[in-house]
Amino acid sequence: MTHWPLDKFHGGIHPPENKSQSNQGNIQYPPLPKRLIVPVLQHAGQPAEPCVEIGNYVYKGQLIAQNMTAISASVHAPSSGTVTAIGPAPYPHQSGEPYLAIEIHTDGLDLWQEPTPEINPSTLTSAEIFHIIQQSGIVGLGGAGFPTAIKLSGKIMSGIDSLIINGTECEPYITADDLLMRERADKILAGVDILVQLTRPKNVLIATEDNKPEALASMQAALGSRAYQVVSIPTLYPSGGERQLIKILTGQEVPSGSLPIDLGIICQNVGTAEAIYNAVVLGRPLISRVTTLTGTALKQPMNVECLLGTPIEELLEFAGLDKQQLSKVIVGGPMMGFSLGNLAAPVIKTTNCLIAGTAQEFPSPEAALPCIRCGECEQVCPSNLLPQQLLFFAMGEQHEQLKAYNLPDCIECGACAYVCSSKIPLVQYYRAAKADIRQHEQKMAKAEHAKQRYELRQERLRLEEEQKAAERQARNERLARVKAAQEQAAKQEAQQAQSTGSISDDELKHLKIAASMAQVALRKAEKQLALHDTEALQTQVASLKDAAKQAQDALAAAQAQLAQSWATSSPAAAPDEALKKAKIQLAMRRAAVKKAEKAETDEASLNSLRQALQQAQQQLEQLNQTHAKASSTENTSTEQKTAAVPISDAMKKAKIELAMRRAALKKAEKAGASADELTQLQLALSEAEKNLAQVSSPNNPG
Amino acid sequence: MYLPPKSSPHTTNKSSTQNLMLRVILATLPAFLVSSYFFGIGPAINVALCIIFAVSIEAFIVSLRKRPVSYALKDGSVIVTAVLLGLALPPFSSWWLVLIAIGFAVIFGKHLFGGLGQNPFNPAMLGYVVVLVSFPVAMTSWPAPQTVASSDALAHVFLGTPWLDAWSHATVLDTLKNNHSLTLHELWQDYPYSGWISSNSSEWINLAFLLGGLYLLYKRVFTWHAPVAMLLALALMSLIFWNGSGSASNGSPLFHLFSGATMLGAFFIITDPVSSATSNQGRFIFGLGVGVLVYIIRAWGGYPDAIAFSVLLMNLCAPTIDYFTRPRTYGQRKAKRGFNPGDN
Repeated sequence: MTHWPLDKFHGGIHPPENKSQSNQGNIQYPPLPKRLIVPVLQHAGQPAEPCVEIGNYVYKGQLIAQNMTAISASVHAPSSGTVTAIGPAPYPHQSGEPYLAIEIHTDGLDLWQEPTPEINPSTLTSAEIFHIIQQSGIVGLGGAGFPTAIKLSGKIMSGIDSLIINGTECEPYITADDLLMRERADKILAGVDILVQLTRPKNVLIATEDNKPEALASMQAALGSRAYQVVSIPTLYPSGGERQLIKILTGQEVPSGSLPIDLGIICQNVGTAEAIYNAVVLGRPLISRVTTLTGTALKQPMNVECLLGTPIEELLEFAGLDKQQLSKVIVGGPMMGFSLGNLAAPVIKTTNCLIAGTAQEFPSPEAALPCIRCGECEQVCPSNLLPQQLLFFAMGEQHEQLKAYNLPDCIECGACAYVCSSKIPLVQYYRAAKADIRQHEQKMAKAEHAKQRYELRQERLRLEEEQKAAERQARNERLARVKAAQEQAAKQEAQQAQSTGSISDDELKHLKIAASMAQVALRKAEKQLALHDTEALQTQVASLKDAAKQAQDALAAAQAQLAQSWATSSPAAAPDEALKKAKIQLAMRRAAVKKAEKAETDEASLNSLRQALQQAQQQLEQLNQTHAKASSTENTSTEQKTAAVPISDAMKKAKIELAMRRAALKKAEKAGASADELTQLQLALSEAEKNLAQVSSPNNPG
Repeated sequence: MYLPPKSSPHTTNKSSTQNLMLRVILATLPAFLVSSYFFGIGPAINVALCIIFAVSIEAFIVSLRKRPVSYALKDGSVIVTAVLLGLALPPFSSWWLVLIAIGFAVIFGKHLFGGLGQNPFNPAMLGYVVVLVSFPVAMTSWPAPQTVASSDALAHVFLGTPWLDAWSHATVLDTLKNNHSLTLHELWQDYPYSGWISSNSSEWINLAFLLGGLYLLYKRVFTWHAPVAMLLALALMSLIFWNGSGSASNGSPLFHLFSGATMLGAFFIITDPVSSATSNQGRFIFGLGVGVLVYIIRAWGGYPDAIAFSVLLMNLCAPTIDYFTRPRTYGQRKAKRGFNPGDN
């Protein structure tokens, strides 16, 4: 519903209208240009992709660049002719940079590909209409150039609240929509009918400013029995801004960061409505538009229906350009348009006005004076911002403050700069600040990404380190297992070979080698540690120390076992041999102890070696005794045998426990248990290992 | 053909800072004429001295700051400061008093903070307060209307010939403040210069400032918010605390509106956009604060008039007021207010 009486937006200005120069005559048709420069980007969004090649003949209205992405619009040949170039060409943009365009040399025939019959849109489904609009390259012709199909997709499916047809044309100088409404009201309304069919709005509001009485009358006359409201709103810049117009007509404000469709409102320009009529009913894609040619450097200001791609200079010459007088050409209105760098640039879909201004009309800007905070800008801001505060924050690059003072809600209408008594180019500051903020945010996003990457890398390195540590531990465990197995094997052998008294010397050798290797590794690591004192090395040394100790222990245990086995083995079978062996053993142990003492082995292993030595001595003594007693000692072996039974039982138990613990640890590791749980399990495992070692140690009574 | 680019908008209106300043100076003309009627060449000498000193000092400071002198002077803001201070100082003030006041205003009030647009305090009021506090006798020696001959006055201003008692007159605000025994009726009967509401000169000068102020309001040099709020607050305060016409009377609302520097303050001092609050609502609050403070100091403070002190005190509050009076931007659910950016 129209909010009645009409609402107001904050501020607004009344710049000199300068519309009467160009709205006196009818819409003119300039001659067909020899050369058309058709850029592939004539709208807001992504460029279309050329689908013709150099040398191709194209018909009028033939697709020459296809919209490939979501926010894009197709481009069609404005006239028939030959494609002569595809590449960077002059482009109407603030930057003055060239842009990819398709150049067509027209053949003067202006040939359509094939005649299409007029279609009655009521026979089409919504999907078909939508498809036609999408394929016809239609964009908002008010100046922003947003692809129309996108505006008409999404939330509109369930029907909308209001369809607003924007014929306000609030910028000074521009009269294109004015003339269009005067001359082609029926076509505009036919286009609106199609939009209504597509969006099923509850209300249709056609708005124009009250400085266009002829256009208003023409629209009202063409209305017929349609239930659309044609609303005349007070002339005030920038009433034609989408958000401002919605506020005026409905009293609603489009929330910051939202779109009109979120309120169930769609705004379309009157020119867009006509383009939709042309596309759907006549089958003609968007290849021309009405553009205002004005400014005091033109002898005959006028409105023209011109082909897209027509070089701007040709158009201005058609309107009687006086090059001596020309000081600047503005594309769009004087409030929001941009000054053109290159007159060879073509007219594109968004070019609603070309102002050829003289130096008197658009004097070069005066030097700006300091802001005195007079607040006039604040009085006129249609977004109700505080432009003077924004200026200070923009100059100080205070991005947080700029955002807190809602810089993103600035529509860059230029009202503040228009009234500024210090002639400060405020909008320029805001644009720069917005670009700065965008850039800064991109940089921050990049930095955040880099940080995440770094953290992930650190995590990866940590995991690798952990894995290595786990592998080390696993190696040690394996070693311990081997040791245990060897011990067991030695024991069994000892038991089996009680009579023979032979223990596997090979195993002992292996253990010795392992122990000495561990010692060597430890030395090496200690040297490294002395050179580079890092945490990693420290832990490595510690673990190596453990490993060395374990190896030594294993060796000592094996030797002790060997001694025991000798002690328990029956000397009767080969008493001489046993005696010999024991002697050799004793000597070896002595040497080992000496060596260990020299090598400054830690006390525990030294002790165990000494113990082993002692045992060997005892053994030897025993052997000597038994040798002397000879036959009388035959029973001792059987006694020893029975004594061995409970030991092996306990060992079995310990082994089973160890295996269980190991399995539990593995399981937990697989299940991704927490570090705490894992260490607990590991502790339990090592305890079990210790148990087993104790049980299997022949010195142990249990 | 190369055409130099420029960001939109490509057109601006005719307003300019120089124009603005010129209008303010123009608007002081009625008060200047009325004041000259009462005090002869006194106001003219004050204003002329102020302008000469101010422009010279500003030129000197600007060249010290290595800025283009003509560019800094062309905005005319220093002349506005000089004219307002010249009108605020007692007529026939000694030249050195004027120099100290305007020197302090321009150097300390304006340029030490960065020049035009950067000063937190109203420069004219800062200069005024410095001499008021430093030279209270000279600053309260208002000449009796139409008594001092031009030659005597010139001799006093430039050669320092002593001020004659016969020349002085106690201002109405002074008289009221020092009255402890008479009813108002008796007081004003004895007072030689009384007019309808206040003293004869005071009420006419205030009316002239009001006229100039209305012209500026009409020309949209400033919005109505600050002056209306100040006058409203002053009127309301004097109405609330109006204790009749006995010897302890604080004076009627009309008396306060048309005495001292009320209208000068309301239309020419607190409307200084630089040192005032920035939004319409903020300026309203700023004006209210000045009005309330003026009454408090006049009624219960140590000084008979209080515009300068009140303005400086509210200048201090202006940034804080700004933080809490931001308007609601289009499309925002509510206004963001508070000290921290992003606070809601």
